[in-house]
Amino acid sequence: MGLFDYFRSKRQSSTAAVAKERLQIIVAHERGSGRRHSPDYIPALKRELLDVVRKYVQVEQDQIKVHVDREGDYEVLELNIILPDDDGPPKGRAPAPTRG
Amino acid sequence: MAKIIVVTSGKGGVGKTTTSASFATGLALRGHKTVVIDFDVGLRNLDLIMGCERRVVYDFVNVINNEATINQALIKDKHCENLYVLPASQTRDKDALHKEGVARVLDELRQSFDFIVCDSPAGIERGAMMAMYFADEALVVTNPEVSSVRDSDRILGILASKSRRAEQAEEPVKEHLVLSRYAPERVERGDMLSVDDVMEILAIPLLGVIPESPSVLQSSNSGVPVILDEASDAGGAYGDLVARFLGEQRPHRFLSVEKKGFFKRLFGN
Ligand SMILES: Nc1ncnc2c1ncn2[C@@H]1O[C@H](COP(=O)(O)OP(=O)(O)OP(=O)(O)O)[C@@H](O)[C@H]1O
Ligand SMILES: [Mg+2]
Repeated sequence: MGLFDYFRSKRQSSTAAVAKERLQIIVAHERGSGRRHSPDYIPALKRELLDVVRKYVQVEQDQIKVHVDREGDYEVLELNIILPDDDGPPKGRAPAPTRG
Repeated sequence: MAKIIVVTSGKGGVGKTTTSASFATGLALRGHKTVVIDFDVGLRNLDLIMGCERRVVYDFVNVINNEATINQALIKDKHCENLYVLPASQTRDKDALHKEGVARVLDELRQSFDFIVCDSPAGIERGAMMAMYFADEALVVTNPEVSSVRDSDRILGILASKSRRAEQAEEPVKEHLVLSRYAPERVERGDMLSVDDVMEILAIPLLGVIPESPSVLQSSNSGVPVILDEASDAGGAYGDLVARFLGEQRPHRFLSVEKKGFFKRLFGN
């Protein structure tokens, strides 16, 4: 190992170490409500909620959004269901779901 | 039951097509009936890497548009049995790939193949989304470099939220890290992220590390997937990768600098 290499390896932060640190920060930030912050039960929860909602209103699979946000020390479960905008008919029961 | 595997990355030029070609060839060499599909509509390249560019008559989009049957479009690989290539079209626009069409073609291929390998284009536009959507497993090709790692992380997010498996609330797409163009001497110098660094950030299982190697270019020059160059480091690394994918235990090679002899250290480099 040359003298130059010796000093290089002694150096506090190699560029690779800087890269790693920057990546850890940006990736944690961008993940936001995406993968690892989103618990495993979300898909099942989504499916069951959809079943319940569909007893009353006919909504499409993609009209329901569920995600978990982290705000400081606590987590917020956010649930968003977009209802079809018909202002007319069925006051009573919605038609039975046609799709499984 | 056929398995659909997407080779994806987000960032361009990281080695998706190189990996698709060698991965598919490796699966076929081990006796599995395999088809590799080029999803890079408009910029087909897989045919060149597989060495079948002069035999393309019909393509993926022709099949989607019912202008050709699957059997007319599939090209039988000349290097190994059990392997077929479905080339991308060169001219049509990207809207040609629509969910219903792609689903129909994949369903048909499922009848006769064990593995369907989808070579994704770069980016997160339609072609890439279509390649990912139907996947059962994903090879996430990453280079040890900041923008590639960040893009891979975004791709993992998309696989976890926008794939068919995510939408249908099925078991999630199985993720594999393929770290490519790895240069151990640069890692040791502290100029390049190490395997451990990348694994710590992306937090998915490592399937293989492919060294930066001149044999990749040589293989693409001649249109023979590098896995068939068994004596080369990259070829050997792809061989190990396929074996691991099929459940074998193989140690990772090419992770550290080869110790050079005294004379080589003095005169060679
Ligand atoms: N392990 C490697 N060692 C050296 N060169 C490599 C290696 N892997 C890929 N390359 C080179 O990098 C370039 C890009 O590779 P490839 O076409 O496989 O990437 P890609 O991800 O499919 O690109 P695109 O995003 O454009 O589809 C090619 O010139 C290829 O020869
Ligand atoms: Mg490519």
